Amino acid sequence: MSVDQATVRRIARLARIAVPDAEVEKLQGELNAMLGFVEELDSVNVEGVEPMTSVVPMEMKKRVDAVTAGGDADRITANAPQSEDHYFLVPKVVE
Amino acid sequence: MSDLTRLTLTEARELLKARKVSSLELTNAFLSAMEKGRKLNAYVLETPDKARAMATASDARLAKGEAGPLEGIPLGIKDLFATEGVRTTACSKILGNFVPGYESTVTSQLWRDGAVMLGKLNNDEFAMGSSNETSAFGPVVSPWKANNSNAELVPGGSSGGSSAAVAADLCMAATATDTGGSIRQPAAFTGTVGIKPTYGRCSRWGIVAFASSLDQAGPIAKTVADCAAMLTSMSGPDPKDTTSVSMDVPDFEKAVGRSVKGLKIGIPKEYRVDGMSPEIEALWHRGAEWLKTAGCEIVDVSLPHTKYALPAYYIVAPAEASSNLARYDGVRYGLRVPGKDIVDLYEKTRAAGFGAEVRRRIMIGTYVLSAGYYDAYYLKAQKLRTLIRRDFEAVYADGVDAILTPATPTSAFGIAEMTTADPVEMYLNDIFTVTVNMAGLPGLAVPGGLDQKGLPLGLQLIGRPFDEETLFSLGGAIEQSAGRLTPKVWW
Repeated sequence: MSVDQATVRRIARLARIAVPDAEVEKLQGELNAMLGFVEELDSVNVEGVEPMTSVVPMEMKKRVDAVTAGGDADRITANAPQSEDHYFLVPKVVE
Repeated sequence: MSDLTRLTLTEARELLKARKVSSLELTNAFLSAMEKGRKLNAYVLETPDKARAMATASDARLAKGEAGPLEGIPLGIKDLFATEGVRTTACSKILGNFVPGYESTVTSQLWRDGAVMLGKLNNDEFAMGSSNETSAFGPVVSPWKANNSNAELVPGGSSGGSSAAVAADLCMAATATDTGGSIRQPAAFTGTVGIKPTYGRCSRWGIVAFASSLDQAGPIAKTVADCAAMLTSMSGPDPKDTTSVSMDVPDFEKAVGRSVKGLKIGIPKEYRVDGMSPEIEALWHRGAEWLKTAGCEIVDVSLPHTKYALPAYYIVAPAEASSNLARYDGVRYGLRVPGKDIVDLYEKTRAAGFGAEVRRRIMIGTYVLSAGYYDAYYLKAQKLRTLIRRDFEAVYADGVDAILTPATPTSAFGIAEMTTADPVEMYLNDIFTVTVNMAGLPGLAVPGGLDQKGLPLGLQLIGRPFDEETLFSLGGAIEQSAGRLTPKVWW
């Protein structure tokens, strides 16, 4: 499978990465090289094989359903590029 | 003492305990070595004040006879580990001057055991790379040079700062992480010892995530015993990481020096790849001979799905990365590039903050997870992981205790030598290491000698799940025969 330039633009949009027009062609080539590389998997029959969903077979650990963290707004917003009164600031989203 | 930095961790530990040297003396020796070694670019942040304060506290504990297992030992920390109050960037511009308000579990255990932090070590951006050239702080220069050559070489990656710093005596040992070979390949390139433990052995909490089902922390150190001592402190269950395994941690160091007589070592025929250099072939043969002399039985084994591991990895790792790296949005922390609306802000921030390799992998990951492609790519790759794991299970069920392979297909290459190549060429560096991550197994890289160019080559030992001890025993046996490799100081 290979991607065309429209697909490259669509993926970039989905990934929320701005791609200038001048870079689309180069990126298309690189992505197609990677997709070409993984094409080798087409030759394997995986019918009836369970996908690996847990690297180490073990039961998912559970914790007590209790509050273990919180009340730490200062620390959480400390690294924000823009914040005010413990809120993260973003451009206007809702009119 | 002028050569304190040349001590191994276990040697330094004895001198500290006997109070023949203080942690502050040792720490100061490393701090001045780091200053002299700045042209290697191994550290992205030196923390001398913190180091001296921690060393002084260690000396007080040593005086009171309350020494922890790593008391007073100065370490370098890969910049992927969150360190409270100390800038942590994953060597990406997108994290900017991020200063965590928390400490990763692995590093907190090292400090609990008395270790001292010297600073943060360079790595490939978000650990994506095999040469440390994708770092926003620039490449690390290997302390090794080929015979009669002045060309600067890569120290491997992604833990290139860790491997270079350990090989150049700029720290006693270092933390590292391994998603596809990022501990073992740099260890092999620099003549150091590195282990990627079994998935779940070390907590991933507080480590910048790349591909969550593959990432594991581990140490890079000067000797097998040093590496074992580090892993003992770094390991253990953590309620904050549900994939960390509730299992007691053995004293790994005790396994070093244990007899390997009667152990069955598998040589997988699929690792004899087309075009393998005769030097790598010879190294592999030599490794098997050493183990045979130590009393091991060498048998041929087959891991039929080996060749699919790397392509499957290049689906799983980018897919998980695209999901993990979605958090870098320019809103909560790190870099922010203003935009006309929120989406524009995201897109501009992420375009400016991520380097080319990271952008490429996020895009591929986004594509393979996008509507209509999930089954063809991600699900298929996860099925292949099952087949890869079954290959290993079958070999171990036949009584094989560990598998011996070369760690890398070549010795270290030059800085910028691969930049013109197709990205896939760089990925081939991980051809021998990536299967181990896909199957979640432990893998140890140990020096196997120098090639004709005078550069280190490494052997890899792959073990049963949670049987790192056998790897340390076998690694110790190889180390006895191969000896330690140290570069000549030129910097």
